Amino acid sequence: MSFEPKIVAFLCNWCSYAGADLAGTSRMKCAPNVVGIRLMCSGGLEPAYVLKAFKEGADGVLVCGCNLGDCHYTDGNYKTLRRMSLLRKYLDQMGIEEARARLQWVCASCADDFTEAVDKMTSELKELGPAKIKV
Amino acid sequence: MNDEAKIGVFVCHCGHNIAGVVDVPEVVKHAQGQEHVTVAKDYMYMCSEKGRSLIREDVKKLGINRVVVAACSPRLHEETFRGALRESGLNPHLLQIANIREQCAWLHEKGPMATEKAKRLVTGAIKRVTYHTPAEEKSVPIFPATLVIGGGIAGMQAALEIASSKHVVYLLDKEPSIGGHMAQFDKTFPTLDCSACILTPKASEVANSPYIRLLTYSEVVDVSGFIGSFTVKVKRKARYVDEGKCIGCGVCQEKCPWTAPSEFDSGIGLRKAIYTPFPQAIPNVPVINRENCVYFLRGKCRACERFCEPKAINFDQQDLYIDLQVGAIIVATGYDVFDPTPISQYGYGQLPNVFTSLEFERLCSPSGPTGGKLKLADGREPQSLAIIHCVGSRDHNYHEYCSRLCCMTGLKYAHLFREKTGGDVYQMYIDMRCFGKAYEEFYQRVQGEGVKFIKGKVAKVSSNGASSEDKDKLTIICEDTLLGEMVNIPVDMVILLTALEPRHDAEEIRKLLRLGQSRDGFLLERHPKLDPVATMSEGIFIAGCCQGPKDIPDTVAQASAAAARVLAVIARGSVETGAVTAFIDENKCSGCKVCNALCPYGAISFDASAKVSQVNQLLCKGCNVCGAACPSGAISTQDFTAKQVMAEIEGVLL
Repeated sequence: MSFEPKIVAFLCNWCSYAGADLAGTSRMKCAPNVVGIRLMCSGGLEPAYVLKAFKEGADGVLVCGCNLGDCHYTDGNYKTLRRMSLLRKYLDQMGIEEARARLQWVCASCADDFTEAVDKMTSELKELGPAKIKV
Repeated sequence: MNDEAKIGVFVCHCGHNIAGVVDVPEVVKHAQGQEHVTVAKDYMYMCSEKGRSLIREDVKKLGINRVVVAACSPRLHEETFRGALRESGLNPHLLQIANIREQCAWLHEKGPMATEKAKRLVTGAIKRVTYHTPAEEKSVPIFPATLVIGGGIAGMQAALEIASSKHVVYLLDKEPSIGGHMAQFDKTFPTLDCSACILTPKASEVANSPYIRLLTYSEVVDVSGFIGSFTVKVKRKARYVDEGKCIGCGVCQEKCPWTAPSEFDSGIGLRKAIYTPFPQAIPNVPVINRENCVYFLRGKCRACERFCEPKAINFDQQDLYIDLQVGAIIVATGYDVFDPTPISQYGYGQLPNVFTSLEFERLCSPSGPTGGKLKLADGREPQSLAIIHCVGSRDHNYHEYCSRLCCMTGLKYAHLFREKTGGDVYQMYIDMRCFGKAYEEFYQRVQGEGVKFIKGKVAKVSSNGASSEDKDKLTIICEDTLLGEMVNIPVDMVILLTALEPRHDAEEIRKLLRLGQSRDGFLLERHPKLDPVATMSEGIFIAGCCQGPKDIPDTVAQASAAAARVLAVIARGSVETGAVTAFIDENKCSGCKVCNALCPYGAISFDASAKVSQVNQLLCKGCNVCGAACPSGAISTQDFTAKQVMAEIEGVLL
């Protein structure tokens, strides 16, 4: 059986979670490898959540928020952007490739942005194989 | 770990919606053996009364104190299931929803992978709910006033319904007058009653209602608060005419020497720089358009001021900002008409006798620029007409959706044209969709009147007549798909049945009110079939074409429904809410103040004497931006604590 990556998506309540719901409501199809976890704002994503996901065996983490400028809480997603680039450095040290931790803005009506990101990440991680964390 | 947790897991089939893709019994079995799970079961429709009673029974009989419902999105039914917990005497926050419909069954193909994902979602919810804590439920009184945004037929209808119950309504419109698009129409299908004749009595009813406060020429600039107590900041644009003094005599409009294209007449007629959009405008108080007024442009004129007896003209008037307190909001902002210029083969904007539907309405209207006489650019009366359907609708290049009312509008125009000129009318259609009450009958009637129907999409409107006698005419080049051949038809006039599209500012309204948008750009209803009036934001309802193209009867029905929903909110008197807000554990806070500057609402302040930061619960909106940054882990947000999310991460990866 081919390798099926396990991916955790963190979805902000107002845009990305609604966008992912809309993908379902519109009966769009995408890979079932991504499991969504709802947060109120992507800016409420503690960097430790991403580390925790890799520790628990995730092969990838997809962080989704409102488009820049559209944050329900004014500018939470700018904080996400900054935190993710800082977190990137830690992930590098842990040997987690760039392709495994991604940021994708998904607006409430951008269902295709969500399904495309899911499919792209899934197929690329299938190529890359399981995540191996350097200790 | 909470050793006392006794979790009940309820997996919904949602008919075949979930069960047709996900192996529900398998999910139940998977949940059954898990730590703290007292009971796991499935049911056909968990949101039904019977489904909710299953939760109540298990709380009573088995003493479960945490609930996981695996069903549709929490955005749809979280409140429903919280209600079931409330009825059982459990705090509604001891619930977690696993979204196995929108984000699983509807998103994936049937098979073991979909079931696997559903299991992960359920396990995540089980792990998470273990750490849920009750939230204090506050009863918030409903402020019994309502804001209706948009004064078209939808907004007017909703405002009147609410006002009839003797509750205050603010009816706001961006334009100088209420009336919306319906005020621009000549006749309405299929009854052919005059639009103004049925609209103006309603508009005066609005104007005379002691419970309706009209805010025309106004815009919403900010909305804060929640169901029961919204604070809405409104900008009242300067009219430069005092509403209290103006008696609506119209002398200023007579005397004003400057003209501009009339927006109300779709640009085919002229208005003055000081104007009311149409004679029966409500309020009957003109506005001065700064961009057209020569006094504002060059500092000279003031003719209107000189002739205004009641001294109502005030060039020094400023925009005014006011705050409204309302308990509920109805959005009835309507639509824009598609601009067919980009479809250059139809010649709009290049060929003078090609009109949009709205322009034709104004040409037909007795109060329009031609006094209701149909005229070509050279002043002649047209003797033949082609009506091109689906311009911008049902077209992958523009809008995929059907605008729903153009077929009937086309039939109406055919009838009006025949009535006014006796000339030939051709309808070029893709499919005739006459779906409403008495609509098909109207179609039959117009067919009987000798109108010609050609099933085919028009390739081009050409300015060159095919023969010398047709040299002043337009030629329609079209495939008649029923005959299977190309046809060239010379006509004097062409009407493009232009699509209805989301308003250009729909996105701004969406952001202001935190609403959703469907893929076509129209505002998103809570449920496409069962809740087309509510939105995902509690206390905010939608009516009319802002939700999608619809005809007048459907618009009025939806507006009345929205009003009924608002009245239900008002009648309830108060709402129970458990605030999702952040809390700071003073024992953990190191007083570093990192959170203070991060909060977008200024809700966190530093208590210098205790050397810790504090959250103002009234200002906090629960985004957890502070919690994510706190180096001491001292901040947690109700229902989204680190413990809860960490447990969910563990669960979905087990």
